Amino acid sequence: MASVTFDHASRLYPGSTRPAVDQLNLETADGEFLVLVGPSGCGKSTSLRMLAGLEEVNSGNIFIGERNVTDVPPKDRDIAMVFQNYALYPHMTVAENMGFALKIAGINKDERASRVLEAAKLLDLEPYLGRKPKALSGGQRQRVAMGRAIVRQPQVFLMDEPLSNLDAKLRVQTRTQIASLVRRLGVTTVYVTHDQTEALTMGDRIAVLKDGLLQQVGTPRDLYEKPANIFVAGFIGSPAMNLFVAEVVDGGVQFGTSVIPVERELLSSVNAKTVTIGVRPEDIVVSSAFGEGLPVDIDLIEELGADGYLYGHADISGKRTDLVTRVDGRVHPNAGEKVYLTAKPGHLHLFNNESGERIGNKPVVTA
Amino acid sequence: MSGSLNITSATVDPALLDLPWQLPLDEWPVENIALLPKGISRHLVRFAHLSAHVIAIKETTDEMAKREYAMLRTLQGLDIPCVDPLAVITNRSDVNDTPLNSVLVTRHLKFSLPYRALFSQTLRPDTATRLVDALAVLLVRLHIIGFFWGDVSLSNTLFRRDAGAFAAYLVDAETGQLYTGGLSNGQRENDLEIARVNIAGELMDLEAGGRVADELDPIRISDGIVAAYRSLWKELTGSESFSSSERWRINERVDRLNDLGFDIEELAIKTDDSGTTVRIQPKVVDAGHHQRRLLRLTGLDTGENQARRLLNDLDSYTAKFGRKDYDEEMLAHEWLAKVFEPVMRSIPRDLKGKLEPAEVFHQLLEHRWFMSQQENRDIPLSEALNAYINDILRHRRDEATVMGPPTGVITLPIAVQSGAVSDDDDESTEEAPTEPVPDWRLTV
Repeated sequence: MASVTFDHASRLYPGSTRPAVDQLNLETADGEFLVLVGPSGCGKSTSLRMLAGLEEVNSGNIFIGERNVTDVPPKDRDIAMVFQNYALYPHMTVAENMGFALKIAGINKDERASRVLEAAKLLDLEPYLGRKPKALSGGQRQRVAMGRAIVRQPQVFLMDEPLSNLDAKLRVQTRTQIASLVRRLGVTTVYVTHDQTEALTMGDRIAVLKDGLLQQVGTPRDLYEKPANIFVAGFIGSPAMNLFVAEVVDGGVQFGTSVIPVERELLSSVNAKTVTIGVRPEDIVVSSAFGEGLPVDIDLIEELGADGYLYGHADISGKRTDLVTRVDGRVHPNAGEKVYLTAKPGHLHLFNNESGERIGNKPVVTA
Repeated sequence: MSGSLNITSATVDPALLDLPWQLPLDEWPVENIALLPKGISRHLVRFAHLSAHVIAIKETTDEMAKREYAMLRTLQGLDIPCVDPLAVITNRSDVNDTPLNSVLVTRHLKFSLPYRALFSQTLRPDTATRLVDALAVLLVRLHIIGFFWGDVSLSNTLFRRDAGAFAAYLVDAETGQLYTGGLSNGQRENDLEIARVNIAGELMDLEAGGRVADELDPIRISDGIVAAYRSLWKELTGSESFSSSERWRINERVDRLNDLGFDIEELAIKTDDSGTTVRIQPKVVDAGHHQRRLLRLTGLDTGENQARRLLNDLDSYTAKFGRKDYDEEMLAHEWLAKVFEPVMRSIPRDLKGKLEPAEVFHQLLEHRWFMSQQENRDIPLSEALNAYINDILRHRRDEATVMGPPTGVITLPIAVQSGAVSDDDDESTEEAPTEPVPDWRLTV
């Protein structure tokens, strides 16, 4: 096992003026599960393919452990692209299915048997080693496929949207299985997804990319509580954070008819008349006093049992702005009504309007 | 079925609407199903009858069905041999309005065979080598257009007989991606490594099922794809330098590529400042050199090697009967009317499904050569034809629509109910899970 380091690594496709991956600096610790996430075209898959050796690195370097692999062919990088190949062969035993690639690599029979046994123990497949795949359940077959990668004892596992072709139910199940298995194995893993929920639930740390640029890297909690810019704020979390421009006033920011107090220290670092504020749906409440806060027309109430979400719109500086807030699942206002919303003090994220960067370094702990 | 069904298709066959789309694929009635696939695929794939054709139906997600359909259409447009994408059907639901998976429909290629159907008892090393060689040609062609396959295997390929060799067709483009800027060496190497491991795995699986000849070494055969690929890649894309006095080497390179079945569409020629050295590199090559010539002369559309074989016969006909005032097209027309077509007309109707016409002609020529060797005399084509029909062709099975597994492997089931598809060919010999299991150490 080993760490993985992108050191100013860039990829510029021929004929393109903007790099697909621009000066990426990113370190993954030994044994860590790192998720690369971002919208389509952000450079996450290109980054993974650069690490796999499938894409040329035009400038910068990539290290696996201490070894510079920038110019090393894919098969000599000691990595395994998991789920790239799902094949299980019907006439071969589970043991043969797990070990045949070692045979091709010229590894002797005793070593093969010991590695297969070790992997089978980790995967709870030991009792089935002599059986054919046909006799296994779907989940067991999936573990055999994983076993094929494990027996090679790679330094790093790479996974590129492995769940994208599964239906929703199986995706959630498999997501949990992969995350727990990878942690048991302790193998450094780089995992690519476009789905922020997948990223939040699986990764030890998450790297958010956009337009080939790394936006932020941190633990799921870091990203949720202290997004580095407006993009990350809007991308991480579901439903997404409410973001809109607000006027800076004495002691806080204007939120409809009321002022949400902001710490003096934080407010003093805002050098503009307006600021972009971000507030998560769980940090907005319906005002107890009608007329206090931001007037919102309710478009829809989504009931989810214990909780619900209120979707509405408000007129902010002459612009229709959609908002979402969490409400009680049983006791809530109804669609078509007008309510006044206010944000919980101390739960506002502030961003510079122009640069989009976060103002202040303090995490906002949400409700 | 309530609600609407969305069908995206370039050439709509109205009969498509009559298939039972309101049923999950694993519950389709027997009368619709052409044959159960033998393996379990990553997605459920079944063959069904549509008008006079056999179609393959793959149940998958909406997005993946559309993506693969578009990819296969693109590959077709780029003249890559691949299955014919027929339609994508989305918005399916059953009688209770429960949504069903989308499907991709492809047309089964006539006379194309899965590798497991290409031998009757055991796979011999020379057949395996010819399969691997055909796959290497396909892979080179895909890489030249910038297609990264991602799952190169014998199972994801169909094979057509091609005058003693095979021609390979891409079946599964699900994992593939097209890069307009071309592929990196790393991508090509990765595809090759995937091919090598998959082919070895597929052959070892046949070995475990007792279906390969004793002398076949799976690892040696699978290594063969690397060598075959590299030598063809080098010939098609490599640059060479020579002295300007050796300009005949340009023609030599063109001839070599023609022999391999490729035409050069664009050749970069550079001379150094002093003009003493010439450097050439093919920039655009096009497969099907012989196919195109035969098609132009006779209108026959065949495999590349079949075309080469037929052109050889046409050339000997020209040498024998050619006159100065006859041009090539006229002689080709005469050959077609006096040689090729009479042979095809002589094939009894019930034997027409055995092999493709061009393959029949190739085998007939082979048989005539064989008879001549044995009898030490020139055998007229008509005599050879009777012997060939009665001794050889009649005893072959029909290959027009032989169906087999879309993949020869069990792969990860995605919401496929267990037991929904029948398993592989030696099902009866497999031990039940409750029976004593042999020591796995003996097999690994």
